[in-house]
Amino acid sequence: MSGFFRRLGAIPWRSIAGEAFHRAFLVAQAFCAIHVVDHHLCSLAIVRGPSMLPAMNLAGDVVAVDRVSVRLGRVEPGDVVLMISPEDPRKAVAKRVVGMGGDSVTYLVDPGNSDATKTVVVPQDHVWVQGDNIYASRDSRQFGAVPYGLITGKIFCRVWPLEGFGLIDSNQSR
Amino acid sequence: MARRALAAVWPFVKGCATGTVLSMTFVDQCASVVTVDGASMYPTLDAQQGERALVEKRCLYRYDLSRGDVVVFRSPRNHHELLVKRLIALPGDWIQVPENQEIRQIPQGHCWVEGDNAGISMDSRFYGPVPLGLVQGRVTHVVWPPHRIGRVDRKMPEGRIMPL
Repeated sequence: MSGFFRRLGAIPWRSIAGEAFHRAFLVAQAFCAIHVVDHHLCSLAIVRGPSMLPAMNLAGDVVAVDRVSVRLGRVEPGDVVLMISPEDPRKAVAKRVVGMGGDSVTYLVDPGNSDATKTVVVPQDHVWVQGDNIYASRDSRQFGAVPYGLITGKIFCRVWPLEGFGLIDSNQSR
Repeated sequence: MARRALAAVWPFVKGCATGTVLSMTFVDQCASVVTVDGASMYPTLDAQQGERALVEKRCLYRYDLSRGDVVVFRSPRNHHELLVKRLIALPGDWIQVPENQEIRQIPQGHCWVEGDNAGISMDSRFYGPVPLGLVQGRVTHVVWPPHRIGRVDRKMPEGRIMPL
């Protein structure tokens, strides 16, 4: 029995614990670095659905999102942005900015059926966003102008599928 | 020479970078501290004493906010500015607006915020419901000055809200 305890005592517990702590700290550092790059510099997102159709596919594209220019206020009409949906904070949506605060925007109320248009002035520090596919998009025409603070990033590049790799045209206006 | 100087400074630079990355992650994911400015939340938070409040961010993972919480959110009028107000109503609730005697329903994904000091507070009564996506965290404690340290309680105005 005492031999067992002697053998237990001979194991270098301290250096093992030190090593374990060191490794765990390295992993934590890696996670934190990923988080910081993802939240503050640039990240990847999957965009799905019909609302941005000519610019992005129905089945889901992986796009690169630039977080810096939103923070610096460099969002202009024509840019495709990723933002938190004003109708469900857990959902992110991709839309094209049509007007910034102070601009007046004219849009088709019911594009499939009538030619009726409506003109609104976007309030200060809000943006007017619309999908490129105006027939199947839920956007500012339904929920109105969106506060700038909901924009989380500017989509600038398509990464996947590879044949569609390339910059996303920021002024593909209709 | 330059290499030796670099070798001397390198551990320091590395430590700074690691510290920044770790603290940024902590601030984004767990908790941060904000300085309260303006009297709109008096007497819960008193800006005259330069109060600091602890903001908890874990509630944002699932948006499990309750009516009566004090929340920090980005101003819908100016995205550089953070505001501290009390969350009064959640999506789907009916609320009575005292200023114009109207009863309205909060739309999906929005919330209604008001300051405790109703007389001078610029809040949802002026700019309407605020998207929940603008919420940056929940104020749980006052951490400075020492004699004001304590929890921030959940509080509800009586009889104005009809939860769905």
